[in-house]
Amino acid sequence: MKKLSKISVLYLVLVFIILYAPIFYLIFYSFNSGGTMNNFQNFTWKWYKELFQDTRLLVIVLNTVIIALLSASIATIIGVFGAISISMMRRKQLRNTILSLNNVLIVSPDVIIGASFLIFFTILGIKLGFVSVLLSHIAFCIPIVVIMVLPKLQEMSPTLMDAAFDLGASWREVLSKVILPYIAPGIYAGFFMALTYSLDDFAVTFFVTGNGFSTLSVEIYSLARRGISLNINALSALLFFITLLLVIGYYFVSKRAVRRHKTGVNQ
Amino acid sequence: MMMVQMMKNKSKWYTIPYYLWIALFVIAPVLLIVYYSFFDIEDKLTLSNYAKFFTPVYLKMTLNSFWYAFLITFFSLVIAYPTAYILTKTKHKQLWLLLIILPSWINLLLKAYAFLGIFGTYGATNEVLEFLGIGKQQILFTDFSFLFVSVYIFIPFMILPIFNALEKLNPTLVDASKDLGASAWTTFAKVIFPLTVDGVKSGCQAVFIPALSLFMITRLIAGNRVITLGTAIEQHFLITQDWGMGSTIAVFLIIIMIVIMMLTGSKKERGVR
Repeated sequence: MKKLSKISVLYLVLVFIILYAPIFYLIFYSFNSGGTMNNFQNFTWKWYKELFQDTRLLVIVLNTVIIALLSASIATIIGVFGAISISMMRRKQLRNTILSLNNVLIVSPDVIIGASFLIFFTILGIKLGFVSVLLSHIAFCIPIVVIMVLPKLQEMSPTLMDAAFDLGASWREVLSKVILPYIAPGIYAGFFMALTYSLDDFAVTFFVTGNGFSTLSVEIYSLARRGISLNINALSALLFFITLLLVIGYYFVSKRAVRRHKTGVNQ
Repeated sequence: MMMVQMMKNKSKWYTIPYYLWIALFVIAPVLLIVYYSFFDIEDKLTLSNYAKFFTPVYLKMTLNSFWYAFLITFFSLVIAYPTAYILTKTKHKQLWLLLIILPSWINLLLKAYAFLGIFGTYGATNEVLEFLGIGKQQILFTDFSFLFVSVYIFIPFMILPIFNALEKLNPTLVDASKDLGASAWTTFAKVIFPLTVDGVKSGCQAVFIPALSLFMITRLIAGNRVITLGTAIEQHFLITQDWGMGSTIAVFLIIIMIVIMMLTGSKKERGVR
């Protein structure tokens, strides 16, 4: 393989700088005692201390995490069975239709999802707040889980299931001892993706949340509309490191899963 | 086969939530949007929303929205393609790719918020400009800042599909082209680009549709100056409470979305068949 030319390396470095500069800019000024995002005065932990004393914000963080964990878990359960059902469909026409319907929420712009869910909840008389946000998050996480699980199901040989049935396994056993272990990497990936989608969502939540309930994204938006406050910087520094840890963790888990899968094949 | 059939029947109960989800959260909301688009603000059944959409005000807004989305997609592509190409040539490319994607996991609003500081009157950019002798400029709340921040946010989504397409490209084809005397540019234009055009298409799709419907960046960075279809929908639903008009715009956005998906997804489907 040829070595990269100097221009290529320079270009790549430049892209990396631009991608990371705003994030580090935020983190850098979270230590500024001056109170603005310019004129760095003295180093301080003040904003972090303030952040941890702000119980309202901590409750919002807790809400966000609860919504993410709950919606990702429920979406994973529903999505896995949906994917199994799709993979067992024999009629191609029907299968493609269901798949297209599945993908509608993935490709739809957030504003439309938010607006249509707002109408939907209002008509049903569901109070806007925790329940409506949770239901919306479950709704837009399900198709992601299906998309992540389906390829695993398709690469699974049907003879595996036939063998299990021939050996007298009940369908419940086939599910828990054959199918689920085989598609486990897909399930983890789906759960993780659902988690990040839920944590990251702003637009849909913004539409379907009521007065009393807020998630982190919505809160950041309303704070940012009021102008600069270094509490947000401190918060983003913390979030950046949590994200970093999650991604590194995911990277190693998925690498291990691949390795385990490969050695399994070799044996 | 019979066993599978049996299993299908028995596992039906478990799949009910999934099909219920399709009915309630996929089909019903779209129908509701269409239904509401026929009602005006006083709950009267009317076509007036559609008539209103075809007035110059809304048509201009739609065109504007398209123009900005086009620019955002174009600049993202111009920056992302070389990046993806160079990435495939690096050692540990999966790790570098992960690092490129990592910023996209940071909350979008935080990144937009960062630019409030960077582009602000006393922010870093203005300090650099002043140092260069150009002097302070109004950067925030201009078209430039809106485009820059949007491109910044969408670049990872453009890089990923192009990277995947480049990875699938058989390197012997590039070697063959070079051996046959093609220049680097010819090789790119006649071999590499045509073979990765599917990645480009899905990248454009992943950028263009969200770019049409952005509203938080418009509000934060462009300060209500740039009105997109997304901003208009948000305004009608949450501020003026004119759900009918909001739904009408949403209907058009859905139609536009379907057209774009047919344009950018046609080749893949042909391949499948």
